[in-house]
This record gives sequence, structure tokens and C-alpha cells, in this order.
Amino acid sequence: MQILYFTMALFLLLNLIAGMWRVLRGPTAADRMLATQLFGTTAVAILLLLAQADDNPALRDVALVFAILAAVTAVAFVRRAWPVSETEDDPA
Amino acid sequence: MILLDYLSVALLIAGAFFFMAGTLGLLRFPDVYTRLHALTKADNVGLGLVVAGLAIQSDSLAGAGKLVLIWLLVLLAGASVANLIARGAIRRGIRLWKQ
Repeated sequence: MQILYFTMALFLLLNLIAGMWRVLRGPTAADRMLATQLFGTTAVAILLLLAQADDNPALRDVALVFAILAAVTAVAFVRRAWPVSETEDDPA
Repeated sequence: MILLDYLSVALLIAGAFFFMAGTLGLLRFPDVYTRLHALTKADNVGLGLVVAGLAIQSDSLAGAGKLVLIWLLVLLAGASVANLIARGAIRRGIRLWKQ
């Protein structure tokens, strides 16, 4: 079982790295924010798997904090950090 | 390995598949709305399956309940993110993808 947990954590980590491409590419700020949403969900899964594999229940609390912060980051982004004039052809 | 272990392995692997589908959708879909659709649904199902696989391994009911609570929080975040970003994108005039 241990090996399966670690393999899955590694696989999810590779998913995260693949998601980095969307952060670099954009094209809009919303796309980049979506990638961070992916990071949040996947990080929760990775932490839960590692908590089980290592028998370290503290990691579950870290996952709990990630889950709460995932909602806060998105709200902060939409309300504060997303320029109103943005269009599809946003450079950068 | 007992039967419960096999069930747990099956759930975990199914969860990994859904995570992969979510990432593929984020990378391959053409605009922000379709990406939102891939991400906020597939990933949350994937996390739900992983949580289910781990919850049946946990030794106490409280431990399993905590895992489910984490999943519900992520679901809540996913639902609000999907709504906020889709509405914000419409308002900012980001066009919908047509063929």
C-alpha cells in the first residue's frame, strides 16, 4: 500500500508540473488563476496521501488549511487583482 | 490484502485518472470557460475518489469524517471559483469559444 501512496503522490506532482505550462502560457489572468485552483485541489490530494503513507496526521491539518485557502485566494483574485479592462489578447 | 484494500486501491487509481483528465482539460481546452468546466468538475471528483479510498482505510470514524470535511471544503471552493471566474470573465468581455 505504501508504494501505491507514494506513486500516486508522485503522479499528482507530475500533474502539477504539467499545470505550470498553463500558468506560463496564459493567455488571460483567469487562466493563470485556474491553474492555481488545480494546484490547490491536487496539493490537498497529495497531502492526504502522504499523511496516510507516512502515518503523519498533522499533514491532514495542512490539507484542511489548503482547502480553506483555496476559496479565499479565488475570491481575492476576482475582487481585487483582476483588471477590469482585460481582454483575450492580453500580452505577457 | 483484504477486500477493503482492493476497494481502496481501485478508488485511488480511479481518482488519479480523474486528476489526469482535469489536467489534460486545463492544458488542451480552448478558452477559459471550457477549462473551468474541466478543472472544477474532474478534479473535485478525483479528490472525492481519493478521499473515499483513504477514508475506508482510516481506523476511526472521526478520521474518515475529517477527510470528508476536507473534500466538502474543496467542493465549496470549486463551486464558488467556477461561478466567480465565469461571471467575471463574461463581464470583462472574454469571448466564448466557437469552433
